[in-house]
Amino acid sequence: MLIKIARPGDCRENEVTDEDIFLNRRQLLKQMGFVGAGALLANSPGAAAINLFGDDNEKRFQTRDLEYTPGSESAEVLTPKAKVISHNNFYEFGTDKRDPKENAQEFKVNPWQVRIDGLVEEPMTLGYDDLFTRFELQERIYRLRCVEAWSMVIPWIGFELKSLLQQVKPLSSAKYVAFETLYDPEQMPGQRNPFVGGGIDYPYVEGLRLDEAMHSLTLLSVGLYGKTLPPQNGAPIRLVVPWKYGFKSIKSIVRIRLVESSPPTTWNLLAPNEYGFYANVNPQVDHPRWSQARERRITKGGLLSNNRIDTQLFNGYDEVASLYQGMDLRRQY
Amino acid sequence: MGLKFRILPWHVVLAKTLIHLICLSWALLVYYQATTDQLGGDPVEAVLHFTGIGAFNLLLISLCISPLAKLFRQAQFMSFRRLLGLYAFFYGFLHLGSFLLFELQLEWRLLLSEIIERPYITVGMAAWLILLAMTITSTKALQRKMGSHWQTLHNGIYLAAPLVALHYIWSVKSNILEPSLYILFVAVLLSLRKDKLLRALRRSQRSVRHRREHSG
Repeated sequence: MLIKIARPGDCRENEVTDEDIFLNRRQLLKQMGFVGAGALLANSPGAAAINLFGDDNEKRFQTRDLEYTPGSESAEVLTPKAKVISHNNFYEFGTDKRDPKENAQEFKVNPWQVRIDGLVEEPMTLGYDDLFTRFELQERIYRLRCVEAWSMVIPWIGFELKSLLQQVKPLSSAKYVAFETLYDPEQMPGQRNPFVGGGIDYPYVEGLRLDEAMHSLTLLSVGLYGKTLPPQNGAPIRLVVPWKYGFKSIKSIVRIRLVESSPPTTWNLLAPNEYGFYANVNPQVDHPRWSQARERRITKGGLLSNNRIDTQLFNGYDEVASLYQGMDLRRQY
Repeated sequence: MGLKFRILPWHVVLAKTLIHLICLSWALLVYYQATTDQLGGDPVEAVLHFTGIGAFNLLLISLCISPLAKLFRQAQFMSFRRLLGLYAFFYGFLHLGSFLLFELQLEWRLLLSEIIERPYITVGMAAWLILLAMTITSTKALQRKMGSHWQTLHNGIYLAAPLVALHYIWSVKSNILEPSLYILFVAVLLSLRKDKLLRALRRSQRSVRHRREHSG
């Protein structure tokens, strides 16, 4: 197995604020003499409640460096890490975008088990260490388009789902892949209390057609920005399907099952007229309550950064179009 | 229930000053944080939520004033109602303005199609227009000039409040707890005015019938 270590001189992530600068920005601001209004406001109770960064010294989940093959350069501006790890839909930890970061820091990911079974010749269970050693890890810089019409560009680290599926050897009767998130109400407040978890029936489940699962874009991610995943992003292992809306990319997976017929999927169960099984990014097919024609790209910059862009069919990943030939994408949304 | 406490003019001035201070500085703080990118991953969403909920809260507080004034027999309470109502529209104005500027980024055609095609935006817009009409006619002079029409127009608040609640619950993805509580609160506030609302409804029916009979 070939393991390349990302060179320190790599500038792929050059759009990102250096973590040390990021963590010490208040100090820097003070040194530059920008106390006054900003500091006063930042200390008010109202500001604390809505402050992205909160208390810098709060106990945080520890991520660690990964060894991986660097991805190819991306022409797109990456979403800063601070935003990737603080703006999350992970209803198991609360429905507000800031909740998962707030509530998931004590989440236990080691030990972890992912069971892969169903219609396969060789069922398998992956332990925590297997996730990082069994497959060659590579970096993939993908666009992530949320069904809520915002998007990010994220440098994931992981391996192709295909390489895992090849090891378990699907039977010819296997047509779909079903995924399941951990069910652990003790650790996940949203599963404990329906008011925190947005009234979703847990565990969260998702599914792909086998050919979608075998596509080389489909990634099982174990890290981002060079390190293992923080819990709010789906530690220790999550799916990333870049041409589908974000809710397909299920987090904190404990089970992968090969099945014969289309498996139930959480958002489809909740609102079948709004969320289909396929959930391919498609600017022509609106959500019943809002337009999908454009999206707000989340990068650096505040309110005034002009970041509205056109949404592309399949989120710009044209290579998957052949998977859906002859299908009416309006009906099979 | 009467309060022993007597509200003096300077109390009113102080309370109004506080309302101004809180409403203005809170909005300023949030826009400052949003512009300097200190408001979470998506400052646009944060600002829209803040101004939307802010407008709704102020609207509901303004609707609490007259029941509270009656309960405590403090007519002075009424002097806060207009101010709170105006701030409700101010936050609603920021809400729509931010939607236009930062969400749609001034694509006017999109605004038009969104208003027509998205029911939750349609009802939000309808509520906004009612509040706009009330804001424009909020001066004492216009109130005198409009006579009984003024009250009819300002009864529009009893339509605007449920429309805003509908706008809210329709816009969320699945977590309907908070919007449901708001709907409940609106229902309570409207039920306190049951008699008044029924009277107004009968009056309008009568006038419609009256017009019909005389138009033949």
